[in-house]
Amino acid sequence: MSEYFFRTDALSVGYHGVPLIRDIALSLKRGEILTLIGPNGAGKSTILKSLTRHLAAICGDVRIAGDSLFKMPADAAARIISVVLTERVRGEYLSAWDVAASGRYPYTGRFGTLSGEDRRIVSAALAEVDASALAFHRFETLSDGQRQRVLLARALAQEPELIVLDEPTSYLDLRYQTELLALLQRLAHEKQITVILSLHELDLARKLSDKVACVSGDRIRHIGTPDQIFRPEIICPLYELPPNAWSPFNGSVELPQPDGTPETFVIAGCGTGTDTFRALQRAGRPFYAGILFTNDLDFPAAQSLAARVFAAEPFRPIDAAVTAEALAALRSCQSVLYTGVPIAEGNQALKALLDEARRCGTLQDNVI
Amino acid sequence: MHDHADNRTVLVFALLSFGLIGLLLFGTAVGSVRIRPEALLSILLQGGENAPEAAILFRLRLPRVLLAALLGGALSLSGCLMQAYFRNPIAGPFVLGISSGAKLTVALTMITALSRTWYLSSWSLVLAAFAGALISMGFVLLAARSIRNMSMLLVAGIMISYICSAVTEFLVTFAEDSDIANLHSWSQGSFSGANWSDVVVSALIVGAAMIASVFLAKPMGAWLLGESYAKSVGFNVRDFRLTLILLASLLAGCCTAFAGPVSFVGIAVPNLARLLLKTERPQLLLPACVLLGAVFCLGCDIIARCAFAPLELSISTVTALFGAPVVIALLIRRSKKRQMGG
Repeated sequence: MSEYFFRTDALSVGYHGVPLIRDIALSLKRGEILTLIGPNGAGKSTILKSLTRHLAAICGDVRIAGDSLFKMPADAAARIISVVLTERVRGEYLSAWDVAASGRYPYTGRFGTLSGEDRRIVSAALAEVDASALAFHRFETLSDGQRQRVLLARALAQEPELIVLDEPTSYLDLRYQTELLALLQRLAHEKQITVILSLHELDLARKLSDKVACVSGDRIRHIGTPDQIFRPEIICPLYELPPNAWSPFNGSVELPQPDGTPETFVIAGCGTGTDTFRALQRAGRPFYAGILFTNDLDFPAAQSLAARVFAAEPFRPIDAAVTAEALAALRSCQSVLYTGVPIAEGNQALKALLDEARRCGTLQDNVI
Repeated sequence: MHDHADNRTVLVFALLSFGLIGLLLFGTAVGSVRIRPEALLSILLQGGENAPEAAILFRLRLPRVLLAALLGGALSLSGCLMQAYFRNPIAGPFVLGISSGAKLTVALTMITALSRTWYLSSWSLVLAAFAGALISMGFVLLAARSIRNMSMLLVAGIMISYICSAVTEFLVTFAEDSDIANLHSWSQGSFSGANWSDVVVSALIVGAAMIASVFLAKPMGAWLLGESYAKSVGFNVRDFRLTLILLASLLAGCCTAFAGPVSFVGIAVPNLARLLLKTERPQLLLPACVLLGAVFCLGCDIIARCAFAPLELSISTVTALFGAPVVIALLIRRSKKRQMGG
């Protein structure tokens, strides 16, 4: 019918018949990874709950391999979609094996006894997430990272074609986050399992996703590939940030710029200045930064934190007008910080700034 | 790969089965008239109807031990279903107000029948108890429609239980003196009035409930992980919850009808079974609850009637003595775990 494995048609979702997000149009090929991003309370979980039939859709349909999800019998849907949720799993004597084995529910008979084949699949699922050694540990005693892997094993034991994960990295440290997402990527590539998840970590979403959907207000604002979505003009309005607060280069957001007239000038570059900019921000001291090439490692943080950045086009001699402006600003400052950027043929203007600071006696010995 | 777990399971079930058979024989033998083992066996196996002990054996001892075992199993099974329903090991038939509802309607039926000298069959008592349990449950379900939070639902159950107890007290206060004497022994909880008709009715109900619970084991296993995960594997949450509640109230009602309120069995035994088996799998837990509940209740009843013979203790006195420490230990462990952030 179409080349897409998964697609939604004019889907509207919400609670008690009131639509929260309208006209959702998503389409994915087999083995693609879609990430929902957006502010808290935007409705990412509501969308995911509707895709997994936990929540009845208000209108529209979800088609999986051409079949309507909402018209499918519950057990048929359970053989296609499995989930990893934020809901906490309790049960004092529940073992990791028990949790993973519960994924076999749609395949076992009336009494729920596992066949040899079921056991083999559960073992394989645990091995897939590198949790075989945990099988007979009590689930409650596992670390957050281990629990999340076991829950993913549960989802795999269900032999799904689509896995839906609601904020799977929430309680995980950096290493476990990376491990989990690498695992998802491998499953998508090797087993052609389609993955739909929500993430708060934009940097991870950007690295993992084939497609990204931005959820805010009553609709999906944008949908596209990471290079189409991770731009300041899309990300900043999505999270109601000031323009350029989020930088596509370091993928992060700085704390608010200090107010007031700058009395400090930072001569920075090559990434030597970013920590100094942040230290000044913490001390509440407004500052000038320069002269930075717009491709410099220090440039994104300077743009967010400095009262003014004296910027120069890369791969060209620094414009004399910019140098003059920077010198004027430097003279107005009580202190000048030099962060140790190398000065050579390409950035002789910095030497002029440094000499002027020495002449004025405002060059500080300590960086900060 | 499951050898260790399997050994434990086999051992626990073997011990419980032997324990139950042993206690059944022991309970039949001991009492104010002691029946010697060889006499007991010859009466049971060769049908020595004319032996001097036969009357005691068939009229008093056998119905009593069988009823204690059956109702112990029924209460534990009911408690286990309730705990599964709430995913909370502190739940039991009393917490939801189901036992109190049953007690109220049984008291009402007894007062009406006694004052008019009607004959009450075992079935009519069970029917009254089940009706009371269902009325309580109706209120709980009504509350559940607007209260999504499980712990708030438990509070609603406790309130319903207080209301039922208040009405029962009111009825007992205004009942005639002669009625109170009869009502009093029942409302304390006792297996002393056991007869064969009670045994047969209990056996039918407990047997049916056990068969039903075999079919409940699979959805109960999925339910254990939480409602959302349960839904995601494709089962009908609404039907499952209704079945669980109906079955639990029938079992709790049945027990209240024949033995009055028996405390702590429903809440303590499932937790003990979990501790013994070290599993949450309903396929093992449900039968273990029935066996352990039977052993627990039968043991307690033997103590109740033999410890201070000829004086007889109420069954709840003994079950509380053994059951309450289990619940206290459970509460302490839970709060410790919470403090540790678990």
